Amino acid sequence: MIKLILHFIFFYLLLNFNTTFSKEIVVSPKSFIKSISQAIQISRSGDTINIKSGYYTEGNIIINKPLIIIGTRNPVIDGLGTGEIFTITSSDVEISGLTINNSGVSYLYENAGIKLKEVTNCRILNNTFINNFFAIYLAKSSNSIISGNYIEGMRKKETNSGNGIHLWDCRDIIISNNIILNHRDGIYFEFVRNGRIFDNRSYNNLRYGLHFMFSDSCKYWENIFESNSAGVAVMYTKNVLMKKNVFRNNWGTSSYGLLLKDISNSEIKENQFIGNSVGILLEGCSRIIINKNDLTENGWAIKLMANSMENSFSLNNFINNSFNLSTNSMQNFNKFEGNYWSNYNGYDLDKNGVGDVPFRPVTMFSVIVEKQHLALILLNSHFVKLLDIAEGVVPSITPNALIDPKPSMKAINWSK
Amino acid sequence: MHLMNKILLYEIHNTIRNKWIIIYSFFFFFIGYALFAFSGDGSKAFISLMNIVLFIIPIVALVFGSIFLYNSREFIEMMLSQPIDRKSLFFGLYLGTALPLIFSWIIGITIPYFLFTVNYNNTEELILVIIIGSLLTIIFTAIAFLIALKQDDKSKGLAYSIFVWLILAILYDGLVLLIIYTFEDYPLDKFIIGLSIINPIDLGRIFFLIQFNISALMGYTGAIFQKFFGANLGIVISSFCMILWVILPVYLSLKLFGKKDF
Repeated sequence: MIKLILHFIFFYLLLNFNTTFSKEIVVSPKSFIKSISQAIQISRSGDTINIKSGYYTEGNIIINKPLIIIGTRNPVIDGLGTGEIFTITSSDVEISGLTINNSGVSYLYENAGIKLKEVTNCRILNNTFINNFFAIYLAKSSNSIISGNYIEGMRKKETNSGNGIHLWDCRDIIISNNIILNHRDGIYFEFVRNGRIFDNRSYNNLRYGLHFMFSDSCKYWENIFESNSAGVAVMYTKNVLMKKNVFRNNWGTSSYGLLLKDISNSEIKENQFIGNSVGILLEGCSRIIINKNDLTENGWAIKLMANSMENSFSLNNFINNSFNLSTNSMQNFNKFEGNYWSNYNGYDLDKNGVGDVPFRPVTMFSVIVEKQHLALILLNSHFVKLLDIAEGVVPSITPNALIDPKPSMKAINWSK
Repeated sequence: MHLMNKILLYEIHNTIRNKWIIIYSFFFFFIGYALFAFSGDGSKAFISLMNIVLFIIPIVALVFGSIFLYNSREFIEMMLSQPIDRKSLFFGLYLGTALPLIFSWIIGITIPYFLFTVNYNNTEELILVIIIGSLLTIIFTAIAFLIALKQDDKSKGLAYSIFVWLILAILYDGLVLLIIYTFEDYPLDKFIIGLSIINPIDLGRIFFLIQFNISALMGYTGAIFQKFFGANLGIVISSFCMILWVILPVYLSLKLFGKKDF
């Protein structure tokens, strides 16, 4: 019994100990502490700063110790268009529930709504960012989470807009459930390892919805990239997994659903490419598995450049694209098998669901267009249709080896 | 004018009782039915419809127009023995052929559109198709009249009609492609725009493509075309070319009709 009481006392003390050492500081226009910087100054590591509803303009706020910063009832922190707003230089910081507006446009400094500099274990949750140059900027950081933020840029010119979420030289970052619009690039990665990006929506950005370079071993799933002026571009990277993303309506003269340049050993699975000028462009890519995707109503479903090899395209649905595939090579070092092509005219005598006649996805006209771009004015012309039919019977200028030997008779239902 | 209206009314009455006009109407009805009822996406259906319009309308107008004029030979001779103005008779005949053709296909295509399209958000496309198709009918009926007046031999006249169609609908594009290939080292943009304006079928096709933002797909080429056809000057020039295509054959055949010894 005494032992039990002693235990209770011990635990009580332990709890008290904790509460006395991590206190909550309230910041409010009505309370004693009116400024966030002041609150940070008097706080100690591990404290919670609760920012009440109000309008705060304090210039640059530097967080240099582990703190939890919570906004209650939507406090607005305004940078007034100059400089940076939050600069985090300490690990273990959490910021949530704030509205952060107007970090300054600069050609010298990458002013951000929240910048994380060489930190680890931080969380940026459920904030709203409006009209910032860069919204969230991570440099040389690791093990952090960016989730549930609404990020809206100012949609100026490409040259004086920053990126929504910008990562440079980071490790193990999770980016999820964010909405990003009207920035230059929605999500930008450079030298990132092991990022996990899911359930984000990036749309109406001036350049790319998602843009990454030299960022190996990252995973992207269930994101939506929509109506970005140049779509999504990913370059110089290996070991990427892209699954169940939607690339929609990236339509324009230099717009791509997904532009892959020098990507290798990666997987693109179960994505939807709908209504893009070019669904997927592959340039210098190798050993990519493109499996179970829907490519619907794109200008070109796939543009495959001659320097891409050992890629495999299987079980994809190609539906109502103006061109299914175009390539500038006469050879074929890639594999196409078991895809569904909506304009396949073959038959299936043994009723096994696989067409008995191989399908040639490259039409004569797409070869002509690849060589003579001006010939595109003959799109939909009857003469061109005749040419395509003639070429289909006796292939002469289309790559002979590029065939799908086992085209599917029915659209593949991969979602099951 | 009064006389022309009278002849026109008679001609229209005469033409709409023609079984081919009814078949023509049904043909477009079934095409429209198939496209609108079974195609999920409206825009896609209109692109297919436009292809059919560009293919079928010129040949029907050419063949029907020339056959019609050959068959009206006796009627024309009878009318000309009366003291009437040749101009009125000509326009009565011409419009009496072209208008029923236009009505026939427009009725054929609009009924399935309103029956089977769940939400009518493609009306703009429909109007564009109707305008282009009607212009093509007017142009190719005029060309048919010109051929039929120039050539008294019925079979030769028909052959010429089909030949004209073959050139404008198919071979012309081959020629354009040949030029693009042969002179690939030269800046051809403007020249090709010029070439595509000259042919009314190509003009119709490109106009339709540009309107539905397929130009984005065409990259640089598309941008050039968009710039030309999207700008006021481009619209003025291409409309002018279309009108010229109507006026020129009508004028020539009117002149021929005025002088011809039937």
